[in-house]
Amino acid sequence: MTVEFNLNGRKISVNVDPDRRAVDVLREELGLTGTKEGCGAGECGACTILVDGVNRLSCLMLAAQLADREITTIEGLSRDEGLHPLQDAFVKHGAVQCGFCIPGMILGAAALLREKPTPTRDEIRQGISGNLCRCTGYQKIVDAVTEVTRAVKEEGKSS
Amino acid sequence: MRKVFLPRNMGELWSIMTDEPAARVYAGGTDLLVSMRSGAVVAPVLICLERLPELQGVREEGGEMWLGAATTHAALLRNPLVARHLPLLVQAVRTLGSPPIRNMGTIGGNVCTASPAGDTLPPLYVLAAEVELQHAGSRRRLPVREFITGPGQTRLAAGEILTGIHIRKPVEANCQRFEKIGQRRALACCIASLAALLTLTPAGVVISARLAWGSVGPTVVEAPAAEAALTGSVLSRDTLNRAAAFARQAVAPIDDIRASAAYRREVAGNLLLRLPQVQG
Repeated sequence: MTVEFNLNGRKISVNVDPDRRAVDVLREELGLTGTKEGCGAGECGACTILVDGVNRLSCLMLAAQLADREITTIEGLSRDEGLHPLQDAFVKHGAVQCGFCIPGMILGAAALLREKPTPTRDEIRQGISGNLCRCTGYQKIVDAVTEVTRAVKEEGKSS
Repeated sequence: MRKVFLPRNMGELWSIMTDEPAARVYAGGTDLLVSMRSGAVVAPVLICLERLPELQGVREEGGEMWLGAATTHAALLRNPLVARHLPLLVQAVRTLGSPPIRNMGTIGGNVCTASPAGDTLPPLYVLAAEVELQHAGSRRRLPVREFITGPGQTRLAAGEILTGIHIRKPVEANCQRFEKIGQRRALACCIASLAALLTLTPAGVVISARLAWGSVGPTVVEAPAAEAALTGSVLSRDTLNRAAAFARQAVAPIDDIRASAAYRREVAGNLLLRLPQVQG
């Protein structure tokens, strides 16, 4: 079937079996390998994508469900040449070790900040609780997200 | 390749269900797609209910609340009516899965999956929730405790779907508490849980008590003897220990990878001992 949706700001149309998993469509049909598959069962968050701005798991969505949605993958989070502020903060804080969880982690954090621009540290931990990191790097990940919320707070003060 | 249908209104849904009697229905996909991938479930045709507006949202209907079956857990948590009238359900939904799972999974899916560990089920039992079932051209209501007949088993008939859940507002219950034991706080399948809906006098005497446990039997376990042990007393250590003993008799847990039956039995009783923390 032909599935039409918006991917990282561009309208696209892809011819796929309707029961292909969204993660396979992204990685194998569209070459966007930033989205990872970890467990394939909804328990690790590595395959997180944004669907209409909301974090969902692309291993538990079928191609047919992409129709008419706005999909953001890690490749499209920053809509210009530079990095997204979350990506910058992850680099600065050394929040990335093996890197496998990071695309999902950043998209999970982006969804959290969209809903709640200045979360507390505890709210950040809850917000990314569906994204598992096995390098035991949560501390620096939370530091990185906190930095972005601090920037938002300061922007709020100065304006 | 399987066909996947995404009906946009009920008329479309009924005609697909008539044409494709072997179809499996899903909304969030957080259970069905996992079972299909492991081979536990074979589904030649799929119907995804996520785009049906008739199954979405929350309504206040007099003394009752109606929760659309395809309303996601995240949407329930954001809903001010649910926050105001169904705090017990809110406590349970907060512990369910993880943020992305709550953005996908639905209350109707949690009920139809009928897992002994389904986090919304103990609250729905004590709230005496009723499921609304629809078939092309007919509609019926059934108490949730009659709808669920065993692990993964329900009275959903062929060609029928769960469209919503009716819950009478528990206006009298001034002590509502959900407790869950898991191996971590997020993404942890329940080892044992307790939903408690109590009405207390200002002095703390229990006027009525409804209790239900998750993950300690093939379906949600109720223990009328434990409820009776609380009724008419204050929530003293002695009263709670007496009720806990009845609870441990009522449960029928199993050993599995997450916990032993003996541990579950012990904890099912112990969860009652947490109730005084919210007295009044």
